[in-house]
Amino acid sequence: MSDPGPSPSPEQSAEAGTLAARLSVKQRAGGIAVPIATVVLAFFMGGVVVAATQHSVHKGLIAYRDIFNGAGLNWIFHPTTNLLDISAYNLSQTLLQTSTLILTGLAVAFAFRCGMFNIGGQGQYLMGLIVANWIGVTLVGMNSLTHILLALCLGTLAGAVWAGIAGVLKATVGAHEVISTIMLNWIAFWFGSWLFGAGGPLQNTTQPTVPISGQVVPGVRLPDFWGMQGFQGVHVGLFISLAALVLFWALLNRTTLGYEVKAVGFNPDAAAYGGINVRKNLIRAMAISGAFAGLAGGIDMLGGTTNYQFGQLDIPFSQVGFLGIAVALLGRNTALGTLLGALLFGGLLFGTTHGLNSGAVIQPELAGNLTYIIEGLVVLFVGADVLILYVWNTPRRLLGRRTKPATSTAELPA
Amino acid sequence: MSTSWTARLDNPLSARLRDAAITGYLGIFLGAFAAFLAIPPIAARTVTWPILVGIVAMLLGVWTIARGRRRLGWGAFAAGLLGIGLGILATYSSTDNLNQAFDATLVAQTLGLTTPLVFGAMAGIFSERSGVVNIGLEGMMLMGAFWGIYGADKGGTWVVGLLVGAAAGGLIALVYAFFAIHLRSDQIVGGTGVNLLSVGITGYFFVQLYHNAPVPNGVSLLPNLNLPSMGNFLDGAIGDLNVLTWAGFALVIVTYLVIFKTPIGLRIRSCGEHPRAADTVGINVYAIRYGCVVLSGILVAIGGVYLSEGPQGNGTFIFNMSNGQGFIALAAMIFGNWRPAGAFGAALLFGFSSALALRLQIYSPQAGTLFRTLPYILTLVAVAGVIGRTVAPAADGKPYVRQ
Repeated sequence: MSDPGPSPSPEQSAEAGTLAARLSVKQRAGGIAVPIATVVLAFFMGGVVVAATQHSVHKGLIAYRDIFNGAGLNWIFHPTTNLLDISAYNLSQTLLQTSTLILTGLAVAFAFRCGMFNIGGQGQYLMGLIVANWIGVTLVGMNSLTHILLALCLGTLAGAVWAGIAGVLKATVGAHEVISTIMLNWIAFWFGSWLFGAGGPLQNTTQPTVPISGQVVPGVRLPDFWGMQGFQGVHVGLFISLAALVLFWALLNRTTLGYEVKAVGFNPDAAAYGGINVRKNLIRAMAISGAFAGLAGGIDMLGGTTNYQFGQLDIPFSQVGFLGIAVALLGRNTALGTLLGALLFGGLLFGTTHGLNSGAVIQPELAGNLTYIIEGLVVLFVGADVLILYVWNTPRRLLGRRTKPATSTAELPA
Repeated sequence: MSTSWTARLDNPLSARLRDAAITGYLGIFLGAFAAFLAIPPIAARTVTWPILVGIVAMLLGVWTIARGRRRLGWGAFAAGLLGIGLGILATYSSTDNLNQAFDATLVAQTLGLTTPLVFGAMAGIFSERSGVVNIGLEGMMLMGAFWGIYGADKGGTWVVGLLVGAAAGGLIALVYAFFAIHLRSDQIVGGTGVNLLSVGITGYFFVQLYHNAPVPNGVSLLPNLNLPSMGNFLDGAIGDLNVLTWAGFALVIVTYLVIFKTPIGLRIRSCGEHPRAADTVGINVYAIRYGCVVLSGILVAIGGVYLSEGPQGNGTFIFNMSNGQGFIALAAMIFGNWRPAGAFGAALLFGFSSALALRLQIYSPQAGTLFRTLPYILTLVAVAGVIGRTVAPAADGKPYVRQ
């Protein structure tokens, strides 16, 4: 592992400045080392919890091997497209999780690049899912392609509007986006519970006692490109996600819009001085950010990840939007990083729930909670680059005090 | 606006009636009265009275806004509007349903649902007044809920449960404090991490220790305080409240006194407003912030113990049982403008809306669900500045580096 680029560790100077500025500084300082160290540390501590509660280090190691296999990552040892092969099937499910996580990760990452923390990915995801379900269930007899496009576009729009509320509040009255997106999350939570619940407007018409939505009509379902009859296949949503990744990268790095968004993220005052309309960009960045999360809800609904329907009881257990925070932070808010982060958490999500299902190592019910523990630790550690950098720099510090002045911005480089 | 209460009382009656504060409070009172007219024991069966009284309340609100007290004025206006709405709804429903929905136990239920919010909101005030944003209230509450019941189960008494739960909350708050204060990690990110971690830890150990099954019966529960008889209504309302509900009331007063009337409170506030200045005069900013965050974890965890071991949970723990209560507490704190009395008022309002949501199920099971968005919508309106500005402590959320 190499520490890329010149890295005068400037964390001491990070006191002032916006969040985005601090993150960008750390991005240069930590590069790829910090995310890797974060993941290793989080997985290690998760392993310690397993080993301690099962009274066996061996079991902890086996648990991680099972997660690895459960995520289908052992597929690379004997690649096959035959889904009857268990590793190929596991991999396909990991890819499904990944395609949603890419989008919810991008939602968090885009707002971050504009200096805002969009903690409301879950609410925006739910709104996208609700609208996609509504379009997919109520409109019948439409042309399949038009129907899909309409459902996805309106789902995306719903996410954009939901996040846009927070953006408008931030731009006009200065309401902190973290507070407003948390509130919007819970409004979406109860709104969805009402819509899908017994007697709700979107509840299915066939079973009045079951609080679950109707299934979207077959015409609006996303076609699978790797799947077989009777199994959940990998649908074209994966390509939509990958396209969104490219769009995210191009938008930020190749357009005026992206330049303005990043400028506001680095320093709103300087951006305003340079003639950039800060308020417009805050609203725009938030809306684009929400659009990614709304699209995630759309492809989850049309792609069958939730069996083409969604229930009142599914809402509390849906965590995709929150996982997006970990994905984006781990990916340093870049396109490539988000892809890798989404793969990691997609694998972890499916690997823990299915790799440990046999109960041979730990109880199957423990496995899902292990995901939360690792996820929480990653988020906790990834925000604390100082800790990771401290550990990272320890060997250098021990080698001699001579190198120390070079790592402090208080002194000018000689 | 700056006139004190005593000065107001010295003025002649005509001047007092023109005082914007008085008209504002009168408007809020009339708004509540408008709704009250339509429900038992008065139960006016015509819509005229609630509408008339409500309109008077709204006019008073407009008058108050015109006099410059926007927050209060909008409050009175909204109270009038709500009063009319509730009054009309109530006259349209049968008297039997009304008697079921509005009785003395509604007060008791409101106070019960308010209890965890009060603990959470006071916890938030301590943390944020010292300059550390605490998004992790939700997770710390969940820790209290699980470890509280574990302590009560293993220790045999609710006292042990309370102590273990509070200790668990304090411990995770200490971890958070280390990240937020010493490592200067972003406090929103750190708090989110704490929330996720707490879901994982409590879920994991719930399966590990109880195999996902209900906690064994007969866990020692938080006791209720039985007061001597004071008449029918009061007996039903406050005669049989939980011990932590009363402790919550006391906590509001104690928090107010500590934050605003003691030297230590002055130090806490100075760390939240201008840590550099506080450091200069010899206040140990790190120590104050550590103390406040850990205290915050302990307090909100006690609210969590109430969730699982109080009358609502009745000795059961379920996965992720805090279910947004920590965030409602956070909302109450913001709605109350980072002040104990305001936060308590907001917590009461949110508790009342939850209690009402439960009652509304006798009309339609789904109306209650939609009603539960109310606290969040109100908070969104509050931070939007429609009813006056909410002002956080100046250094809230900013890490401090000692020089």
